[in-house]
Amino acid sequence: MAEPKITLAEVEHVARLARLDLSEPEKKRMRFQLDAILTYIDKLRRLDTDDVEPTSHAIPMVNVMREDEVRPCLPTEEMLANAPEREGDFVRVPRIIEE
Amino acid sequence: MSRAADYEDVIGLEVHAQLLTRSKMFCGCPTTFGGAPNSQTCPICQGMPGVLPVINRRAVEFAMRTALALHCTINSGCRFARKHYYYPDMPKNYQISQYEEPLAVEGWLEIEVGGQVKRIGIQRVHLEEDVGKLVHEGTLETARASLVDFNRSGVPLMEIVSKPDIRSPEEAAVYFKALRAILIYLGVCDGNMEEGSLRCDTNVSIRPRGSSELGTKVEVKNLNSFKNVQQATAYEGERQRMAITSGQTIVQETRLWEADRSYTLSMRSKEYAHDYRYFPEPDLVPLKVEQRWADQLRTTLPELPVERQRRFVSQYGLPAYDADLLTQSRALADYYEAAVREYPKPKVVSNWVMSELLRELLGDDEAAISKSPIPPRNLARLLALIEDGTISGKIAKDVFEKMYRSGEDAETIVRREGLVQVADAGALGAVVGQVLASNPGAVEDWKKGKKQSLGFLVGQVMKATQGKANPALVNQLLLERLPKEP
Amino acid sequence: MATIAELGIRYRSGEATPTGVVRAYLERIEALNPQVRAYFTVTRDTALAQAEAAEKRLKAGAPLGLLDGIPLAIKDVICTKGIRTACGSKILEPFVPPYDATVIARLGAAGAIILGKTNMDEFAMGSSTENSAFFPTRNPWDLGRVPGGSSGGSAAAVAADLALGALGSDTGGSIRQPAAFCGTVGLKPTYGRVSRYGLVAFASSLDQIGPFARDVRGAALILQAIAGHDPLDSTSTEVPVPDYTAALGRGIEGLRVGVPAEYFIEGMDPEVEAAVRAAIDVLKGLGARTEKVSLPHTDYALAAYYLIAPAEASSNLARYDGVKYGYRAAGGKDLIQMYGRTRAEGFGAEVKRRIMLGTYALSAGYYEAYYGKAQRVRTLVRRDFQQAFERVDLLVCPTAPSVAFKLGDKEDPLQMYLCDVFTIPVNLAGLPGLSLPGGFTATGLPIGLQLIGKPFDEATLLSAAYAYEQVTPWHTRAPELA
Ligand SMILES: [Mg+2]
Ligand SMILES: [Zn+2]
Repeated sequence: MAEPKITLAEVEHVARLARLDLSEPEKKRMRFQLDAILTYIDKLRRLDTDDVEPTSHAIPMVNVMREDEVRPCLPTEEMLANAPEREGDFVRVPRIIEE
Repeated sequence: MSRAADYEDVIGLEVHAQLLTRSKMFCGCPTTFGGAPNSQTCPICQGMPGVLPVINRRAVEFAMRTALALHCTINSGCRFARKHYYYPDMPKNYQISQYEEPLAVEGWLEIEVGGQVKRIGIQRVHLEEDVGKLVHEGTLETARASLVDFNRSGVPLMEIVSKPDIRSPEEAAVYFKALRAILIYLGVCDGNMEEGSLRCDTNVSIRPRGSSELGTKVEVKNLNSFKNVQQATAYEGERQRMAITSGQTIVQETRLWEADRSYTLSMRSKEYAHDYRYFPEPDLVPLKVEQRWADQLRTTLPELPVERQRRFVSQYGLPAYDADLLTQSRALADYYEAAVREYPKPKVVSNWVMSELLRELLGDDEAAISKSPIPPRNLARLLALIEDGTISGKIAKDVFEKMYRSGEDAETIVRREGLVQVADAGALGAVVGQVLASNPGAVEDWKKGKKQSLGFLVGQVMKATQGKANPALVNQLLLERLPKEP
Repeated sequence: MATIAELGIRYRSGEATPTGVVRAYLERIEALNPQVRAYFTVTRDTALAQAEAAEKRLKAGAPLGLLDGIPLAIKDVICTKGIRTACGSKILEPFVPPYDATVIARLGAAGAIILGKTNMDEFAMGSSTENSAFFPTRNPWDLGRVPGGSSGGSAAAVAADLALGALGSDTGGSIRQPAAFCGTVGLKPTYGRVSRYGLVAFASSLDQIGPFARDVRGAALILQAIAGHDPLDSTSTEVPVPDYTAALGRGIEGLRVGVPAEYFIEGMDPEVEAAVRAAIDVLKGLGARTEKVSLPHTDYALAAYYLIAPAEASSNLARYDGVKYGYRAAGGKDLIQMYGRTRAEGFGAEVKRRIMLGTYALSAGYYEAYYGKAQRVRTLVRRDFQQAFERVDLLVCPTAPSVAFKLGDKEDPLQMYLCDVFTIPVNLAGLPGLSLPGGFTATGLPIGLQLIGKPFDEATLLSAAYAYEQVTPWHTRAPELA
């Protein structure tokens, strides 16, 4: 079997970037599945795309802008209605620790 | 062993300016400061599922005006990108910013330090959205929870990044000041640093003098005044000099300026926190800046502070100091020029604006100047009253204060309060006679050669006339009546 | 079983009333939804209120249009003000949008009635509706099989006559493939034709909302109501919207129809291939000129898609973090724990897989090799179509390589991804694609025929589909449900 495309450490790193707590079995399964997908995706390497411009939108458009006009806001209560936790008119979150 | 003096500072500034648009960068919420928490939001700036951003045209044009004023090249194609990191004040957990294709690049700004003019390169000007505000219960370290207010989320910001062309903390402060003046002139930012409309981060590294290589740079955040920029940059340069000369190496990091305690503090961060995973914002289409658009905006650019300052020196013959001070704000310079048009003695007007007007006004910005109870025409009329001898310069200062309190013009106040200068030799002669008669001591002193007693006697006459006497005439009359010098 | 147009006629003649029709649909949903499980939320009260309003307008002789009083189903990926929009996900289970998607506002302005929100693969990621966090939807033609996905709930609702039409979303085939599996018409419009404002984003550069209906005219009527420029969506175009129903009668005499060689692959279901070839002959018989064309980068489209779509998804789904709305895991001592647990408990396996894949593809050092590369391949796929459309007016091919498969049949993610091999290139190129019934297998499962058009040329797709529909019986068949 060929060298896996993605290491367990990379899976852990990516999970941390994506803020996903994965269990150990999940990490292993994820590595195995990502490896299969990345192996499939590897077929793209066969294409020479050096002189090909990237497409980020299939339908090319430019300069879509709005005028600088104020529109009504959402009432605070409606905005907070979906918040899992609030305090007064604030959204409340658990304490912030830097990693 | 190297010595600290062998190293020079290499400094670059990143300035974030809140744009003076009415609505946010990508939605119609207002940008006004100080609303109740979460009262100025909508599904778009809260990053609700399904919402989409739409670019505010005025924000783009403000950034283009700035770029033109900073002699930048406006990229013909520019686009927005998503910058990813998780933080609760950022509703989408990505910031719509610009990355590989910013609005403008490669410009410069001229500053004057120690009589020398110097060009500081501008690396890029780009647009992005602001984040919300966090309030911690207690301090960040001890808080059990944080509270989020999304009012600021999505407010348009312009980021102006200088090249590492700045060589001293003083230059850094001068650059920041000059940039602020330009932004205010352009009407794109109110320059209010207390409310956070203008924020500055500084990138500092040091290198051996004569070297052209760049050292490891440290970013210092949280600078919200010219003084902070200068002090933090100086502190950081010294910290690095001490570290290097004692054999340590500089770590690339972000540090926080603690203004109260005047030092920089390392912010803990791990390398992967900087994997921002930028990619082109698929919900927005690129901006294509055609020459015509840029040209049209160029025609709307006002005269900028440096040019105006130079013109004030050449056209009005003002000292550089006056010209610099008067051109710090566009509103103040406009005020000055309006007054000079009515009363064409530039230095006299300059003196009054700098000493009297600026003492009364709370600031020199648009808001303060426009609220001045003394319009330029009224100041000019007051000065004309001094010139034609109607009032004395001393009375004029009182009149000025009264004008400021009441908003009335000078004539009205002078007439009502009978402040017209007494310049009639007959009428004054009588007062002079009385003063000489009731102050024999002073007359004796004069005879003994004490010249100061003349001043005393002039003062007495002024007092008796409630300041209305023409001082030159009083002087003349007294000298006529006093015995000749012994 | 009526069509949208037929019901409209009955309303006008007074043979039927919106309240009567809506009550009948609500009853039918109550009876059959427990088997089919097409709906996630049934909006009984608002539907009845809307029906009463429509009835008043019709009685007053002032209907809002041809959709007035027509009951529709909405995929639960489209935001509806005051109606829970869960997107098939636990993480959005409690979410009640405070605003309407533009398409919902437009349907409302056209008088359409919303019966409810349909089940779907979580965040539209899947091809079978088995990835719903709540329950799988069944195929009305065989309850042991999947309805396709991700808009499986909408397709099944229309096929089972639990709604007259529906809205779905299509990022890589999510309207067309379930339309094929369920034997309905499904249309993915050109990217930019229909506003995405209020569509919960999966892959922003690919997503597009489109209609399901039992016949082509019904799809045209719904498209007419929702198409057109929206200032709230910067990627929606100002290209004028033609009269789609007027275009239906155009016929296909002389139309140049391309048959892409790469869409008839080894391993595809022989019954599907036979049905599609037979359909091509029908088109020829109607006067179309067919021609072989080549889309040489087809084989790479799927791989490019599985970088672009997950990359954009990883970004779009970053906002589900337990802070502002939706699910928050209990017990997180600090923010990092809260984030990690909320997202671990809130997202299902397929969504996590794509978030991981997309995050990886965008992360430092991999961007050019993966995301950048995929965007360049996307250009090649787009060029293939541009070259083909220099010679032909539309393309005809299968919608999917197989018919509806059994629940649980495709456990391997890659096998599931291959279901969309014929639909994905259309999304990468931003083109309109339509799936319509093109036959049945011997065991009675529907086969989908896909038509692919030039940008903004939905009218030609609809007229060709309509011409085909007029001479074939497939759309008149209905599944037998007790
Ligand atoms: Mg920035
Ligand atoms: Zn807003």
